[in-house]
Amino acid sequence: MLNSINFLMVGVGGQGTILVSDILSEVGMLAGYDAKKSDNMGLSVRGGAVSSHVRWNKDGVGCPLSMTGTVDVLVGSEPLETMRSVQFLRKGATIISNTYEMQPMVVTSGIMDYPTKEEIENCFKSSAERVITYDATDIAVKLGNVKVMNIVLLGTLSKLLDIDYEIWVEAISKYVPAKARDINIKAFDAGRELI
Amino acid sequence: MKELLSGNEAIARGAYEAGVQVVTGYPGTPSSEIIKTMASKYGNEVYVEWSTNEKVAMDAAAGAAYAGKRAMVTTKQVGMNVLMDSLLYTVYTGAEAGLVLVTADDPGLFSSQNEQDNRWYSRLAKIPTFEPADSMEAKEFMKKAFELSEMFDIPCLLHSVMRISHCKSVVEIGERVENPKVQEKLPRNLPKYNCTAMYARVMHAKIEEKIKKISEFAETYDINRVEMRDTKMGIICTGIMYAYIKDVFPEASVLKLGMSYPLPTNMIKDFASKVDKLYVIEELDPVIEEQVRAMGVDCVGKEIFPPCYELLPDRLYDICIEKGILTEDPRSMDVKPVEGLPGRNPVLCAGCPHRSTYFVLKKHDIACTGDIGCYNLGAQPPFEAQHTMGCMGASIGQLHGLSIAGLPEKAVCTIGDGTFWHSGLPALANMVHNNGKGVVILMDNANTAMTGHQDNPATNYRVLRNVPATKIDMENLCRAMGVGLVKTVNAFDVNEVEAGLKECMDYDGVSVLITKGECVQFNKWSSTPYTVDSAKCIACQTCLKAGCPAIMISEEENPKTHKKKCRIDPTQCNGCGICSQVCPVKAIQVKED
Repeated sequence: MLNSINFLMVGVGGQGTILVSDILSEVGMLAGYDAKKSDNMGLSVRGGAVSSHVRWNKDGVGCPLSMTGTVDVLVGSEPLETMRSVQFLRKGATIISNTYEMQPMVVTSGIMDYPTKEEIENCFKSSAERVITYDATDIAVKLGNVKVMNIVLLGTLSKLLDIDYEIWVEAISKYVPAKARDINIKAFDAGRELI
Repeated sequence: MKELLSGNEAIARGAYEAGVQVVTGYPGTPSSEIIKTMASKYGNEVYVEWSTNEKVAMDAAAGAAYAGKRAMVTTKQVGMNVLMDSLLYTVYTGAEAGLVLVTADDPGLFSSQNEQDNRWYSRLAKIPTFEPADSMEAKEFMKKAFELSEMFDIPCLLHSVMRISHCKSVVEIGERVENPKVQEKLPRNLPKYNCTAMYARVMHAKIEEKIKKISEFAETYDINRVEMRDTKMGIICTGIMYAYIKDVFPEASVLKLGMSYPLPTNMIKDFASKVDKLYVIEELDPVIEEQVRAMGVDCVGKEIFPPCYELLPDRLYDICIEKGILTEDPRSMDVKPVEGLPGRNPVLCAGCPHRSTYFVLKKHDIACTGDIGCYNLGAQPPFEAQHTMGCMGASIGQLHGLSIAGLPEKAVCTIGDGTFWHSGLPALANMVHNNGKGVVILMDNANTAMTGHQDNPATNYRVLRNVPATKIDMENLCRAMGVGLVKTVNAFDVNEVEAGLKECMDYDGVSVLITKGECVQFNKWSSTPYTVDSAKCIACQTCLKAGCPAIMISEEENPKTHKKKCRIDPTQCNGCGICSQVCPVKAIQVKED
């Protein structure tokens, strides 16, 4: 088990980034780490960019935010948002990103262009040692609810960490509504099977 | 037992453990979750309400504390401006039980119209102020604030910031201690509770004495502590800055003040004498720094650490490396940020009832003074149709001012139902009474939506959605206030909004147009998504002018104009149909499977 891990979760307001980072913090605490998290939200829940830092440390976390160049895993719910935060990654880090694109208003207003698939791919490859990308939105829609998209990504993340499956299930069950528990666990399992 | 709590959840827990009995407040980011937690977790034991504004909340809490109940008020930083009148007299009177005010400030302006440092108010009002550094301290300091409040018979302030309120960390849960006080009557103690000038004159002298005593108490108070390490650099800090400083200056000696007002003078002088160079590092204004200098202690502060925005660890490193205060930068800079990416600002949600109003205002280029709420997103592209925004309730007063100024163009204002109750009412009364002219667009989305769907006097629930409340009808209220034309329209019908607006604009006097439509996030309603029939779409992009995040630019283009056609993201569309109403060729329809 690593002594300390820094995560950064990013996405678009409404995608559930904050909920998933809550779950990740809870997992850290249950696994014996000190855990802190910090959200950038405010009005950003209305479709703006959202980011959530999560830090685990066996010896105690000071600041709830990671500094530039110190994040171990970047989890992105939307490719443009993942791109926006790569500078937080340390050398040799991991990116897990959804590939489903959501055009921001400056793009639909014709002011700027959305990055091309090639630009996105090149950016990820040059920023991280390990890059895992797939259409998590499509998987979530096929499971029956687009809202579980983030939990699919969390499932993939869980495979990279040496933490008991039961702890993840316990944390997910604490944060999602009881009636949505099953579909969330299914989404989590689906994410685990992708790597 | 350990729990992972946000600062706001911890503040609520701390108040609960301290035996709080009455909690009032007005919602505002980043403070809103304190009352939400209070109501949902401890509502069976504690009276909780969303008051109509912060001043009303402060007076209600004061009344409860006069009656012997432990009371708490919550506000965001700008709400302190609204309640100051009430806070100042409360500091003079004290109470029969603990009274604690919580302000959650917003350095970095994540969701505020200004970046004020509320610690100035501590000095103005002479209110002892606590500044926690994480959730555990937030909980413990709430208990200490209640203790100190009762010990010295003075209200106390807990000063949080967004990075405390919205961060989560591990908290050790404690037990609730009940208030032993049982009181039958309001004390008939005029010299204590009636701030008429002859009594207030005496009260002022007493408060100066109290603050002197609390300052002496602070010298040995365990929440002010010194951590001696290397003595080359000594740092005075409070609150969240302590967490940042521990990461950035692990070698430095630190005086961590748990209470930022009043300051422990001897402790500060003693710490200063033990270090080579003294730094006061605080976000926003030099509130402590100026007091330290006034003690005759030399220090480094705002000349290095700027007064705008947050002082996050990254920024502290940048500043300290540039100024030579630190020589080594431990951050890896291997991965460069990607320049020139399209930004992503907040937008009105897909299915938002405000969309039709801003579409129509933009179409006719109508001058519009605005207010505080989600609808300020009407100032964003593609609308840019809410031309001013100042503070809660300002839109109606500004509209009145425009009409007094006698501009040839007719103007409107946009104000939501929550804001209307907060401070719009006196402004509307003023406008009617003074024979003003203009259209007040009252955007009724059924609750105080932006901050989390809190109740207001026009909702039939209070605090929690299953608790019934007395509802006041806004249409009748406006009529009773003498508004000459009151018109209610369906916010999801663009033509109805446009026709209603025209009728109101034609009226010579004060009119109110109520655009009624429930916030899409309230019951998370959504119906079958709309789709664009690309065979019919002429790529005119009129639908994009509705500014809906679910409408995307497609790869397909009109072969004649080479303009791109549009498509609708089915995962985002809530099926409100506004885009379908504005499409000139009826290319947007619900696709039946």
